[in-house]
Amino acid sequence: MRYGYYPGCSLTHSAAPYDLSTRAVAAALGMQLEEVDDWNCCGATEYITLHQAAAYALIGRNLALAGQDGQSELVAPCSACYLNLRKVDHNMALHPRLAQRTNEALAAGGLHYEPGSLHIRHLLDVIVDDVPEADIASRVTHPLHGLRVAPYYGCLIVRPKLNGGRQDPEFPTHMDHLLAGLGADVIDYPLKTHCCGGHMTQISADTAYELIHRLLKSAQDHDADVIVAACPMCQLNLDAYQSQVNRHFRTDFHLPVLYFTQLMGLAFGMRPAALGLGREIVTAAPALAKIGAVPEGIPDPEAAAPRRKRAETGLPMPRRRGES
Amino acid sequence: MSERVGVYVCHCGTNIAGMVDVAGVAKWAQENLPGVVVGREYKFMCSSLGQELIQEDIRKEGLTRVVVAACSPHLHERTFRTACANAGLNPYLCQMASLREQVSWVTRDKEQADAKARALIAGAVRRVQLQEPLEPTEVPVNPTTLVVGAGIAGIQASLEMAEAGHQVVLVEREPSIGGHMAQFDKTFPTLDCSACILTPKMSDVGLHPNIRLLSYSEVENVSGYVGNFDVRVRKKARSVREDACTGCGICIEKCPKKVIDDVFEVGIGYRKAIYRPFPQAVPKFPVIDRESCIYFERGTCKACEKFCPTNAVDFEQVDEYLDLTVGNIILATGYDLFDCGQLPQYGYGRLTNVFTSLEFERMCNAAGPTEGKIVLRDGVTTPKTVALIHCVGSRDKRHHPYCSAVCCMSALKFGHLVMEKTGAEVYSFYIDMRPLHKNYEEFYDRLQQEGMHFVRGRAAEVTDVARRPEEDGKLIIQAEDTLIGKQRRVPVDMVILLGALQPRADAKEIALRFGISTSIDGWFTERHPKLDPVATMTEGLFIAGTCQGPKDIPDSVAQGAAAAARVQGMITTGTVLIEPIVAEIDEARCSGCRICNNLCPFNAIDYLEDETVSRINAALCKGCGTCVAACPAQAIGGKHFTYEQISAEIEGVLYDVVRTNGGHALERVDLLEPAGGVR
Amino acid sequence: MTRPISGNAFLEEVIADTPGGESLVTCLMCGTCGGSCPSGADMDHTPRNLFAMIHAGLRQEVLGSNAPWYCVACYYCMARCPKEIPITDLMYTLKRMAVREKLYDDRDAPDWSQSFIGFVETYGRSFEFGLATRYHLTHRPLKKVGVGPLALDMLSKERMSLRPDRIRGIDQLHAILDKARAQEVV
Repeated sequence: MRYGYYPGCSLTHSAAPYDLSTRAVAAALGMQLEEVDDWNCCGATEYITLHQAAAYALIGRNLALAGQDGQSELVAPCSACYLNLRKVDHNMALHPRLAQRTNEALAAGGLHYEPGSLHIRHLLDVIVDDVPEADIASRVTHPLHGLRVAPYYGCLIVRPKLNGGRQDPEFPTHMDHLLAGLGADVIDYPLKTHCCGGHMTQISADTAYELIHRLLKSAQDHDADVIVAACPMCQLNLDAYQSQVNRHFRTDFHLPVLYFTQLMGLAFGMRPAALGLGREIVTAAPALAKIGAVPEGIPDPEAAAPRRKRAETGLPMPRRRGES
Repeated sequence: MSERVGVYVCHCGTNIAGMVDVAGVAKWAQENLPGVVVGREYKFMCSSLGQELIQEDIRKEGLTRVVVAACSPHLHERTFRTACANAGLNPYLCQMASLREQVSWVTRDKEQADAKARALIAGAVRRVQLQEPLEPTEVPVNPTTLVVGAGIAGIQASLEMAEAGHQVVLVEREPSIGGHMAQFDKTFPTLDCSACILTPKMSDVGLHPNIRLLSYSEVENVSGYVGNFDVRVRKKARSVREDACTGCGICIEKCPKKVIDDVFEVGIGYRKAIYRPFPQAVPKFPVIDRESCIYFERGTCKACEKFCPTNAVDFEQVDEYLDLTVGNIILATGYDLFDCGQLPQYGYGRLTNVFTSLEFERMCNAAGPTEGKIVLRDGVTTPKTVALIHCVGSRDKRHHPYCSAVCCMSALKFGHLVMEKTGAEVYSFYIDMRPLHKNYEEFYDRLQQEGMHFVRGRAAEVTDVARRPEEDGKLIIQAEDTLIGKQRRVPVDMVILLGALQPRADAKEIALRFGISTSIDGWFTERHPKLDPVATMTEGLFIAGTCQGPKDIPDSVAQGAAAAARVQGMITTGTVLIEPIVAEIDEARCSGCRICNNLCPFNAIDYLEDETVSRINAALCKGCGTCVAACPAQAIGGKHFTYEQISAEIEGVLYDVVRTNGGHALERVDLLEPAGGVR
Repeated sequence: MTRPISGNAFLEEVIADTPGGESLVTCLMCGTCGGSCPSGADMDHTPRNLFAMIHAGLRQEVLGSNAPWYCVACYYCMARCPKEIPITDLMYTLKRMAVREKLYDDRDAPDWSQSFIGFVETYGRSFEFGLATRYHLTHRPLKKVGVGPLALDMLSKERMSLRPDRIRGIDQLHAILDKARAQEVV
């Protein structure tokens, strides 16, 4: 299947490993990613802080360019970019006056965007929803047995819910299933959609460190070997600021933070360097050594069971939706 | 046309007069509309003096038609029809124009309001002259009443009627009557034991000679009309013969299969495959749950049959169908508890010690799975701190926008029970405390004095991720205490979610089956929210209890009794008048195509094979007009809604634009001014 | 809404500048937003408190509040708000109004945004190295002891570039942004 690809600024440098591994995995899965020609920055959370109309126009240019490329599906691997693109499309469709003003601005550059004409999606959603589970399973040659992973979604893949999104806004499970399919030992990470601090590392570091610390501590309490991210901002905050958090809280976390696409690539038997591995600040080498050390086989069913088992004498737990 | 029409324009205080030039419009009608001989205005047409005004004109001016331009016919059509009848004019020769609901309340511009008022009056005047005198049919009322649902509202309604000497058929879906009230431990604000006040009523129902109790049964089909409903009830196979069973319970004791009871014990307790939901069940006969029974699964076991001293177990029993005729129906089908798992932030189903209000009721109940002990999910540990979260699924646009009315009081009751039984600290997280009825505020005051903690703020989340040492191993409620404007984290051992009351999962289906409507939220709709809360728009169908909307036990009981009183009125009168506004088939024009037969929602149209035409049963017809519109030969006419009458009304409404329309044009059309007051 | 909200120009402005902001008038004051906020402890007023102050017309106090600047845009409040009020978007609106009216006195956060968009407007892409150096050298440089080694780490792992990327259609982008900025003035 063919997709417009909007990498966003982070993936060109600070999250280059995400871009590399995304392209590698997409190619392996037969997804045709076509980069939007001459895309510009989405403005992150900063443009809308100062200028609303210009922020919409800035993002609108990307949507218009993707449309010009003849795309109907637009994929963003960065959660902030994804939300920005999606929200502008959503609000333009909902508020005709906003759409009109945005298009007036775009017209100054000879562009136009028809709200609703692009289906804007996050890379994680696309891989889980569009690629059959069996296709992914069939490509797994090096299962991640024995690697304890904390699936970390962050905020913006699941929130806010703008008309749709099948996943729960607080406890999504699609990355959990994806990683389990790669053979990893997936922990039930309670803070999976809590905030990494966003741009607070820049403007109020103590606030950000507090949030990062919560995430690291919870992952460590669950004996995670790796935190798995699906957003460059999340990865950067947890990885690059981990040493500062350690200094601030007198802790000693060494939790590597990798992208889900990197783990997919490893499970598919790709070379670590081709996936940008080794470019994380907190090295993942000890964790990855674990995968090589564990022989292939059937995972221990006890290990995969939910972490809270009901005592035999107790009251039954309610059955959750979707469980039979 | 030689009819003499009187037009009466009502001020309705300032409701209409505040927007419409009432005097001007009345004068205009008299001067301009053909046939109008009297045009009057009056402060309140619905008052006795207003009605007398009309009656006097009928007598003195010889009026043959009356138009009342006032409120919606929904409210006062009957008033004015009766007034006309009392003055000797057939009531169906009176027509209303809705100047309040359709003009003054929905128009901002006075000129436009006047123009629309004139148009509606012109329509009514044109139409009323073509109306025909009609006579209602009188039919007898079958004195037996069907009550559906045997919770406290249905029980109350049945007992009221039975005590008054009338026959009742009470149908209950579950194996026992009692409803939600049977699950509760105590009732607020008096803290009476729920079972102690309910079970006497339950056994009265079981023993009453005037009540025929059909438990483990459902109404499959309803047809007929007020006074004469035909009802088909499916009595589900109990696998236990009621005539032989003594209710000794040996079968239950011997049954080797234990399953989670999702209904009565709401998933926190167990029952056997052959079971009675609770010890005081009425009737006392057990039921075999065939989905769980080992015999039905594997073909062997039959432990219950072997041990039954009276040979009452019958594995071959099949569903039975009973056809009943009843005069009136009371629906008291109750509510479901909201699925609290829909608010993921509270962790229900994920965090072990998060419970729903109904689970907690069962836990508190001495006959429940913990024999009344308040414990954590492990079955042994007594909580030292408990949080109560209000408004779970209520007052929430994502789920139910309404207030569920009982949760604040339940929370106070729970707080009392927790403190009394465990001595634990109790925190209530509420948005607004709403103890609305008699002695409720006093109960709130009492709980404050008993030391319950109140945090004014909707709980934002429940988490097991500790931030401070004192939070380790606890559930932490995070909320804004809105009275101090600060975030708080309160570590507790147990969380109870006060889930919303919501319509039964099949409420819409039931409403359709009985021919009544539901609100947007899914509750059954009453005829009038204030003045007719237990009747519905369908004659002979009444509603009581929480199927109409969230309410507590006293209100449910009051509605049960009220519905019974309404039905008794019908029975005492003995007959009902059937509206003559029905459809009629001109058999000369009917081709026998039968298109109308299946379209009729009331099964009122029969096909006569011999004469190859369709015929309408006037007693069943509700005058909805579906067949009238569908008939390709225009062979069906609706009485009081004939093509001529409707066309005349439309022409009247368009009096200022329809200037030439053959014979239908108004004679003095040139004299009329256009809408909007251009001239 | 059937009639304009009269008598509170501030409330009306906030609503007008926020897509979907009309629902602000239905706020229950339940505090779900304030309770959910991960950075709520740092805020001088919770979001709910700000809304109450907006309803009371306290323009100066609201626009001078630090709360919107502590918003991490996690959208938990919005996902949970029982009245579906776009709370995160309202925080952006309050920030824009505060900057416009120069009512927020701590310049760090607005300057960070300004530095960020400055590079975007110059190159069409963000420029992390430029941003780090410009912003951190002008704002509390002594507090940023950890930033130096971090930047070196990022450089050594080839995750930061010393030179900005520039899009080809920068003139087109300028034309678009100029037009949009002109709309804002109106």
